[in-house]
Amino acid sequence: MAKLRQIAFYGKGGIGKSTTSQNTLAALAEMGQKILIVGCDPKADSTRLILHAKAQNSILSLAAEKGTVEDIEIEEVMKYGYQRIRCVESGGPEPGVGCAGRGVITAINFLEENGAYENLDYVSYDVLGDVVCGGFAMPIRENKAQEIYIVMSGEMMAMYAANNISKGILKYANSGGVRLGGLICNERQTDKELELAENMAKKLGSKLIYFVPRDNVVQHAELRRMTVIEYAPDSAQAGHYRSLAEKIHNNAGNGVIPTPISMDELEEMLMEHGIIKNIDESLVGKKAEAAA
Amino acid sequence: MSANSGVEEIKERNKQLIGEVLEAYPEKTAKKRAKHLATFEEGKGDCGVKSNIKAIPGVMTIRGCAYAGSKGVVWGPIKDMVHISHGPVGCGQYSWAARRNYYIGTTGVDSFVTLQFTSDFQEKDIVFGGDKKLAKIIDEIQELFPLNKGITIQSECPVGLIGDDIEGVARAKAKEYSKTIVPVRCEGFRGVSQSLGHHIANDAVRDWVIDKQTGKPARFESTPYDVAIIGDYNIGGDAWSSRILLEEMGLRVIAQWSGDGTLAELEATPKAKLNILHCYRSMNYISRHMEEKFGIPWVEYNFFGPTKIVESLRGIAAHFDDSIKEGAERVIAKYQALTDAVIAKYRPRLEGKKVMLFVGGLRPRHVIGAYEDLGMEVVGTGYEFGHNDDYQRTTHYVKDGTLIYDDVTAFEFEKFVEKVQPDLVGSGIKEKYVFQKMGVPFRQMHSWDYSGPYHGYDGFAIFARDMDMAINAPVWRLTKAPW
Repeated sequence: MAKLRQIAFYGKGGIGKSTTSQNTLAALAEMGQKILIVGCDPKADSTRLILHAKAQNSILSLAAEKGTVEDIEIEEVMKYGYQRIRCVESGGPEPGVGCAGRGVITAINFLEENGAYENLDYVSYDVLGDVVCGGFAMPIRENKAQEIYIVMSGEMMAMYAANNISKGILKYANSGGVRLGGLICNERQTDKELELAENMAKKLGSKLIYFVPRDNVVQHAELRRMTVIEYAPDSAQAGHYRSLAEKIHNNAGNGVIPTPISMDELEEMLMEHGIIKNIDESLVGKKAEAAA
Repeated sequence: MSANSGVEEIKERNKQLIGEVLEAYPEKTAKKRAKHLATFEEGKGDCGVKSNIKAIPGVMTIRGCAYAGSKGVVWGPIKDMVHISHGPVGCGQYSWAARRNYYIGTTGVDSFVTLQFTSDFQEKDIVFGGDKKLAKIIDEIQELFPLNKGITIQSECPVGLIGDDIEGVARAKAKEYSKTIVPVRCEGFRGVSQSLGHHIANDAVRDWVIDKQTGKPARFESTPYDVAIIGDYNIGGDAWSSRILLEEMGLRVIAQWSGDGTLAELEATPKAKLNILHCYRSMNYISRHMEEKFGIPWVEYNFFGPTKIVESLRGIAAHFDDSIKEGAERVIAKYQALTDAVIAKYRPRLEGKKVMLFVGGLRPRHVIGAYEDLGMEVVGTGYEFGHNDDYQRTTHYVKDGTLIYDDVTAFEFEKFVEKVQPDLVGSGIKEKYVFQKMGVPFRQMHSWDYSGPYHGYDGFAIFARDMDMAINAPVWRLTKAPW
């Protein structure tokens, strides 16, 4: 059996990380890969398309119920879904209390100590939003994910987040060997999106792994709590996800140490592509009517 | 050699000594530490050092943290309240049993100072928040210790990191039980030393106790002679040997805190005619607040050694009518014989002995008079967590040429003692054995080395005996110092 590939999906909140990752992983499973998905989001919805349901027992909710994480058996939190993909959710506190970041650390340590990574081809971490604290950086630290795939779009804030995540990767690249696997653009139909995404990837010293076009079938599948791979296996969109899976599968060892850019450089890049015009400092902070 | 040239020599020696210790540091550290080391120059308004600045990693500072300042100093001694160390178990474990804050009461029934309550955070409390557990602990305290008069929540570091809503729990439970429940945001990472913890704790006293008394009538019949003792922690009974002097001069002590203090006394304090403040560093904030809000004047006092006691008794009496002024003189006269006897016995044994001090925020200056009453000389002193206003006040105590070291490092302190060769070092437990092993007599000046009280006339007698015991113990004739 090939060496275990540990990958992670990061990206701005709402960009479609969970959807993209689950569809891609479903396609990888079709190819015969044995996969574990680790959802690192207190909302615990990183595996619902695979399981056709929200995971019932997250590691942390069960730990809270039983007292400590040591009281849990791995079978209680690991569920099998589409194509025997194994799914666990770290879970975490409700919004506004406690420390979700610490929860991710606790959950990942639990999985490692309990042999959840045995007999697998892939472990995939699906991490919420931006890297906001040390806890959410856990999957990119030593001996965890080696390849990070950043899901982004042509929107400025998505690129900003991609840049920030790259900073997080850079921080741990030398101590732990984590690499940026590449960018995945989830089409939002913004101006010159492909061009921008490619340029952004270039600036980060990486490449655009795949441009996933927008298709409503994704929405239809989601409403049925399914991946497109399962819901409409013959659709064009399923083909795109298969192509993406293929690219990731062949991308082993091709990760790079990213070269994040400054905010000014990011703005310059947007100007280069004519997304924003030359910044006229006199217009900064003016309302539309006042600027007119 | 004239006295003057002696001082000049000492100043020159101090200058060299400071230069020598700084040389051992990396350049950046030396530059920073240089600002904290100086020689006091007669006539200057401060001691020429910077203070209340973050310690440099690696120097082995003697300082504590904000939690220590609130739980360990200000709130912990309030005896009829239960103080919860909210967070993982360590902070509570290592502050268990308090700082020798003596109290009268039945421990575990109506008094709780030496007990330890902690929420003992586990992983799940960090991840899901500790507020539910906190609420449960308060319920359990109510059930197990129904005679508690109130509860405080002393925040440890993680509480601030995970943003536990301790105020929300305090409000809800205070309403449920009709009790005073005080949340204190004294997370250890706040500030540069325990000093900010004192301030935060003072603010909690203000917001959750004192200001809630606004407009409420006194629950006792007021007299013109009502005073409150603030900032005496009753180490080894200090507050008791102070309080009797005030009472003997005709004042009525309506509150004493936080040593042997109660919630009722905190609540009574805004009805005092004068707040008399012992530890300025840890309690000036609340004293100033009561002055601004309730118009209560406050006066600092010093009950270490007869000279300062006399000054302080007269200073306090000056705020009252002639009957109190006469009372002060009566007290002074009453204890004259005791004072004379103590000095007659110990001064010949201690005359000319040199002392180096390093204590917290008050004693580095306050005890100097007591040593001088015994013919001793303080040649070096410094504060763990004093501020500039402490160093200003220190100028009234120290002599020209005194070596001053703020937030002294382990290395500096050892080096200074080695070169200055004092007859006694007064500091804390962490320092004690270092110096004793160097062959230098030592007294713990935080805990009174399990003795005390040292405040008041009675305390002076014990202080004199203890210093004699330390310096003139026969053991020192059996050891040879390494120099």
